[in-house]
Order: sequence, then structure tokens, then C-alpha cells
Amino acid sequence: MRQVAIVGVGYSGFRSISPDLSYKELMYEAAAKAYDDAGVDPRRDVESFVSVAEDFNEGTSIFDEYVPDQIGGVLKPVHTIPGDGIHGLIAAYMQVLTGAMDIVMVEAHSKASNVLTLSDVVAYAMDPIYNRPLRANPLFIAGMEMNRYLYKTGTTEEQCAQVVVKNRANGFLNPSAAYGARLSLDAVLSSEPLSYPLKRLEVSSHADGAIVMVLASGDVAQELSALPIWITGVGWCNETPSLETRDWESATYARNSAEMAYRVAGIRNPRLEIDFAEVDDTFAYKELQHMEALGLCREGEAGLLLEEGDTELDGELPLNPSGGNLGVGHLLDASGLARVLEVVLQLRGIAGQRQLEDVETGLAFGWRSIPTTSGAAVVLSN
Amino acid sequence: MAMRKVAVVGAGMTKFMRRAQETGRELAFQASRMALDSCEMTLDDIDAVALGTAPDAFDGLHMKGEYLSDGAGAWHKPYMRCYVGGGTGVFAAIQGWYHVASGLFDTCLVVCEEKMSSCQPHPQGAFITIFDHTTERALKPNLVWIFALEMNRYMTVHGIEKKDIARVAVKNKRNALDHPCAQLAADITVEDVLNSEVLAWPVQRLDISPTSDGAVAIVMAAEHVAKRITDKPAWVRGVGWSLDTAYWTSRDLYYPKYVEYAARMAYDMAGITEPRKEIHVVEPYDPFDYKELHHLEGLLLADKGDAARLTAEGVTARDGNMPVCPSGGMLGVGNPIAAAGLMKVSEIFWQLRGEAGKRQVPGQPQTGLAQSWGDLMQVGCVVILGV
Amino acid sequence: MSANIENFPGTPLSQADFDEGKILTTHWKPKLEYGWDAGVAISRYLAELKNGRLIGIKCNRCRRTVVPPRVVCEWCWEPMEAWVYLEDTGTVNTFSICYIRWDATRAKEPQIPAVIEIDGASRGAGILHLLDEVNADDVTIGMKVQAVWKPAEERSGSITDIKYFRPT
Repeated sequence: MRQVAIVGVGYSGFRSISPDLSYKELMYEAAAKAYDDAGVDPRRDVESFVSVAEDFNEGTSIFDEYVPDQIGGVLKPVHTIPGDGIHGLIAAYMQVLTGAMDIVMVEAHSKASNVLTLSDVVAYAMDPIYNRPLRANPLFIAGMEMNRYLYKTGTTEEQCAQVVVKNRANGFLNPSAAYGARLSLDAVLSSEPLSYPLKRLEVSSHADGAIVMVLASGDVAQELSALPIWITGVGWCNETPSLETRDWESATYARNSAEMAYRVAGIRNPRLEIDFAEVDDTFAYKELQHMEALGLCREGEAGLLLEEGDTELDGELPLNPSGGNLGVGHLLDASGLARVLEVVLQLRGIAGQRQLEDVETGLAFGWRSIPTTSGAAVVLSN
Repeated sequence: MAMRKVAVVGAGMTKFMRRAQETGRELAFQASRMALDSCEMTLDDIDAVALGTAPDAFDGLHMKGEYLSDGAGAWHKPYMRCYVGGGTGVFAAIQGWYHVASGLFDTCLVVCEEKMSSCQPHPQGAFITIFDHTTERALKPNLVWIFALEMNRYMTVHGIEKKDIARVAVKNKRNALDHPCAQLAADITVEDVLNSEVLAWPVQRLDISPTSDGAVAIVMAAEHVAKRITDKPAWVRGVGWSLDTAYWTSRDLYYPKYVEYAARMAYDMAGITEPRKEIHVVEPYDPFDYKELHHLEGLLLADKGDAARLTAEGVTARDGNMPVCPSGGMLGVGNPIAAAGLMKVSEIFWQLRGEAGKRQVPGQPQTGLAQSWGDLMQVGCVVILGV
Repeated sequence: MSANIENFPGTPLSQADFDEGKILTTHWKPKLEYGWDAGVAISRYLAELKNGRLIGIKCNRCRRTVVPPRVVCEWCWEPMEAWVYLEDTGTVNTFSICYIRWDATRAKEPQIPAVIEIDGASRGAGILHLLDEVNADDVTIGMKVQAVWKPAEERSGSITDIKYFRPT
């Protein structure tokens, strides 16, 4: 297979609101930075464009209409992936792998602050016949899953709360994170319960922003970039939309995504071969559950490793050095691309105060949040 | 570098219906099951699933790709939904192509579903939200406006009359009489079209395809697998897609440049230099009768402004020199948006394999083209298949 | 294989199936509300509409003046910062006479939507609006038209601050 690398990244944000810019202007800012970083002219060099968007997050039907102008894609191959940002990245990656394209870009953004009824929008994703008539706030899905996960693995509520403390503290070291903070464990544990055992501070808050990445095939990547970040493995998986029959314990979608990504990357022992990871932590327990499902530790072990400091910035396996969704802010479907962004910055050695030492291989994993069981993973190396 | 060869090896579709009893998930399942059965495969043989479906507003579901996933056979599989508005159906086949051509997978199930009847009181209502929320939506625009504006521009620039365009509706609805899934097959005359209710001049009732529920699926496979599955794979020879600016009021609507760009990309990949000779059967996107003409011109299969003459002379009839929409198209078979686009790919597949029954075009076609279109008159998607 | 299949799947329903209660359905009216940030370019456009003026923006590379304004030229990938006031007159590029409303119900009076190329913008650069004070049969492509504004006190910074365009 062809070699493919990320040769340019750009982003705008991330902030809880962004009243100064329209979504088009947010996308433009991120795209302009990414093209500048990659040293490409989109009108001349970029052969295909992938945008990531869901209609009801935008308030516009067939939102792909409004994509090409501000990313330089007019009258070029442009299409939209209504999936996680990492799905979009993989779509761009596959296009380069075909050999038909050498330079492809991917864009994802969030204007979550413009969605005035966000929880109604999430509820609108539930099965219209079986589940919606119950008129329950969809957060109950996270509460139920967390409860089952704690029950199955013996992970404690304190350990989940500790994830929030760690990630929001990491966010403090990330100038583009919207929710950096030093919180005490007590503050998290005593925050109001939203859907037992899930507490308010364990739910990531939304943020606005846009992220753009430029991908290029082997030789082209070498020419464009002094430090291309190679995509060595990708994997993605859907379990089931059904609340009645899904795996509530162990995030099957994450396990399958990782298995595929490791297979493609030739990774046999992820615990040893992955230096650090950015994994979805939309809800605090998800970081622990995903860590296990991704094969970064054994089942039930994630909470203990966290307590021992293994996943801190200076630990054996730093997790979410960016601050994750809890620290950076939840960027709707751009969240996964924010995970990739941090892996790229770390592997390039330009992550500032939160820079990890001696990192060569990183994993990014995104999940499309409730009510889905849709995840995507990518392994990157410098 | 040599690209991996990819073929279509199976196809299935549901009836296209004004209102189906089946849920969207069930429709997706039926089409997928039929596509797999058609090539004697099971879900275990499928490595990845690509889904195409148009606005979520129709089905009344946020993230409807997630909802449809298990109906489309995606349980525990890599699954990705793609989207280019009305162009989604043919684009889904392009997405299936790049899944397999990437080398990551040997097989990919491509599923397109639409259940427009869920949107009440009328699916048209969902379309107001396709307009720019700040600069256009306040005018309460109607979807038919943009087609009427485009059709008027096309007619005026070329001096084409409505009766020349109406022949397309007559031809396609008549072709659909031979399609067992057709929703709106009919034997009508040009006069019937011209006398039908005026919706938004120059668009009249019989110029338009109906809203529908339905699903279509195809199975795509890499060369070594395809040859084991069937002795007659339909190879993907070329793909192309192009999206024009969202500022549609700054474009000259008389000509679909984006379709030309998509076609040129596909012709280049297929090594086709004389499309009018080398393409033997065509399924251009025909949600409105004038669009078939517009698209034939964009596809470089007719000179600008000349497609109506080809239709009048019978060139585009099923037994003509260049059969166009032998399936009956969306005007006749129905228009469950994304599913209708993939139906066009399926029709080319069936035509090239000589399996189209009463719809079969004569002369054993070797190469066929399916094209879709959508968004704010903005996107062209082209797939060329060959045997 | 298609030719070999006699019965394609799918079960069409008729209105009678619903009227007679044979089919059960669930209903849901979604609560979907948005407050879109207009941003740099469109905020100025809306502010000028409130002032009773149309404003466009010019690309310093391809020299095109476009409306509505935007921060980047989609053709040149050149940032756009040269604001240009436009006339409130223009030319009909194309039009329709529409008898149905946005929700597909029948309108009492037809509406005449049109793409209007705005004077002062580059050739072909137009906006969507409505025509009025004209007999539908008299509208032609190429017709000159002018904006009819709401009174200043009623303008809110919206495209509907122009009530419609009429022939000059």
C-alpha cells in the first residue's frame, strides 16, 4: 500500500462561543492555516476535499452545499462524511491510497454554540418508534452505560472523577483548550448528578472551532514537509444503534476499531508500541472504558493505572495530553479530529508546555457520542 | 501507479413507493439482502459498508446514518456514510469504489435508502432548510423555485420550448412501464405534460419526479474476488465528482459546468476520449425532465442546447443510438433521492450484463454511465462501468 | 438476475390503510432552534441592508465584485477586504412564476422569484429575491428592476428589508 502522511494542520478555536465568526469564516481560518502549514495552494494543488458535518448540527439540510467556497474546493471533488472527524480523515486517506489522488484535505468544525436546543437535537437521533416516545433526556444512555461499566469492572466513581481532574488540568497547558481548570476530586464528585452515576463535571462541555488537515502520498509528503506524520493504521466500526441489544459494558465499537487499526499498522502489542493516546472522553468514564477497549490495558485496569499516574503527562502512557473533550471542549463531530490534531502536534514536537518526551507513535480514537456506537481510530508515527 | 480494479458484482432494490410500510431500516435491509443474494454472498463475505442517504430531515432523524446502520448490514463492521445532497446515490458507489480501491478491503456493500414519506405534511417542507439561513431563508424559498429558475434560464438561452422538454417525461415514464419497481410509470403524451398543473412556471406537475420511499444496494469487490463471484463483473472504469460554489445566484444556470468537470475526471480515468462513441447506455439524473437534457450536455454526450433535438429524433430512446434512462429514470421509477441515484448504477450494471429484461437495450452494450446531481444545482457525480 | 426476479420487496401503503387504522404511526415535532453567528462579511451585509443599501466585496486578484460579501474569493483563494457599495437596481437573470408555497400547498397569488444581477457587482453576480408590482406575463429575462425597501423604522437587518424588486 501507498504511504500517506499528514503534512499540514490548521485550526481555529477552541472557545465556548465564537460570535465574531460565521461557520464559513471559522472553516476558512482553519483551512488557510493548514494550507500555509503544508505549503500548498488549494486551488492548484489539492485534488479532493472531505468535509465532516451533520445537518441538524448545522441547522441546514444537505449542508455539504455550503462547504466548497471557504476551503478552496469550488469545482473540485468535494464530499461530506456525516461521521466523526476521524471517519472523514479515513475517507481522505482511502482516496490517497487508491492512487487517484496525491493531496487530499479533510475539514471538521463545530458551531455548537449556535444550536440553541442541543439536547433536543441529540434526542432526535434516537429510534423514533421504540425510544423517543419515552421522552427521556438522552444522557440516560451514558448514565446506564457508566453504571454497567463500573459494575462489570469494579472501577470506582472516584476514578472516573479523577479523569476530569487530569484532563482539565492538561487543558490548562493547552492554549487552544476552552475548559482548562484545576479542579479538586471533591468538586467533581460533589457536582450535581445528571443521570446516576454520571455527574455534571464528568460531561464535557461543548465548544466551537474548526480543524483542517492536509494529507499527501509518500513522495509528495516528503517534498512538502520536513516532518510528515505518517498514518500507519486506520480502523472504524459500528456496533448497533439499538439500545436494547448493544454491549453496555465494553465499547465493542472501540475494540473492533482498534483491532483493525493495529492490524493495518502491524502493531501486535499496543501497550508497548503506542507511546501515548488521545481517546474520546466525552464522559469521564469513557476515557477508562475506551482505554481498555483499545487494548491499552487489561479490562478493569484503566482506573488503577490512572490512580498510579500512568496516564499523566509524565506517566508511562499519557492519555489526552491536550485535555481531551473535557479540557478542550466537545467539538461535536470535529472532536475526533481534535484528538488527531494533538497527536500530530506531539509527534512534531510542537506541543509547548505539554510536550511529551520521546514519542514516536500515537493513537487517536473518536466516538460519535450518544446515542451511537460508532467509533474510529488512527495510528500515527513521525 | 496501477490502480486496483474494482467491480460491481451484485445489485438489489426495493419497489419505489409513495409511502412504504417498511421503516427505513427495513427498506435498507431488503435491498441489501437482495444484493447479496443476487451474487450468492452473505454478510460474512462483506468487509465494509458504505451508506448513502440524503437529508436527515426526510426521515425525521438526527444522524440517520447511525439509525440505518444495522439495517444496512453494518453491525460490527467498518461503516461510513457519505453525502453530496441529491448526488449522494451515485457518489455512494464512488465511495464503495475508494473503499475497495484503497486496498483496505476486498468487498464493500453499498446501500442507499430514503424514506421521504416520514416528513409531514409534505417532504417539500424539509427543503426550505437547504437555503442559506441568513441571506435566503427569510424569503421562504421553495425548492421548485430553483429548478424553475434554472429551467427558464436553460430554455431562454437556447431557445428551447417546453414541448421539446416534455418528450423526456413521456419517454421515461413509458420506459418505466417495463420496470417492476416503478412508482409512476405511465403512457402519456406531450400534451398531457403541457396541460398538467403549473407549479412554478416553467415547471409543471408532469415535469417532476415523485417523492418516494425505497432502497437500493450494490456489492463491490476487488478484482481477484470479483472473478470468483461472477463470470461477468461490471468493472468500475472511471469515477468523477465535482462541487460548484454555494453562491448559486452568481452562476450561469444554463449549463452544468460541475457535471462536465465530473465527467472529464471519469472519462480521463476510464481512458475515454470520444464519449459519444464509447458510452453505449446512459442513466443521467432526471428528477425533472429538463435535467436529463441539461446533464447530457454537461456529460459532453450532446452539444450545448442540442439534447432536445436528440430526444425528438429518438436517439435517446431505448432502441436509439444512445439509450438514455432505459430504466424509466426518476421520472418514471420514482425518486427516493439517494436510492434513485444508486438505482441508476444498478441499471447500468443490469444492462451491461444483459439482465435488464424488458428494459434491455439492444446491441450488447459494453460501457455505460450513471450520473447524479444535487445540492443547490451544484454537484455532479459520475460512474462509468464496463464489461 | 434482475430479469429473473418477479417480486421485488416493499409494501406500498394507500391512504385508506391509514384512514381505516390498519397502520400505526408515531408522531414527533422536533424542537430545533438555532441562532447562527453571521460573522464578519454577512454582519456588514445585514447592517447595510438596515441602512437601506446593498454592499458587495471585491477580489483584488480577479477583480470580481460579488454579493453577498464573503471573506475569501472562492476562485482565487484571496482574502477579500475591499467593500463596494452597490446600486439597488439590477437585471433579471432568470425568474419563475410560482403557484405553490414552500410547504407545497397551493398559493392564492403566484409569487415571482428571480435571480437579479445587481448593478455595480460583476456581470452574473446576483441575489435571490422576489418581483412584484408587475404582471407575471410581462416579466422577461433581461428586465431592469429596482429594490422596493421597507421604511427605515421597519428594517431589521434582513434580506426582507427589501420587500421586493419592481420594474424600472
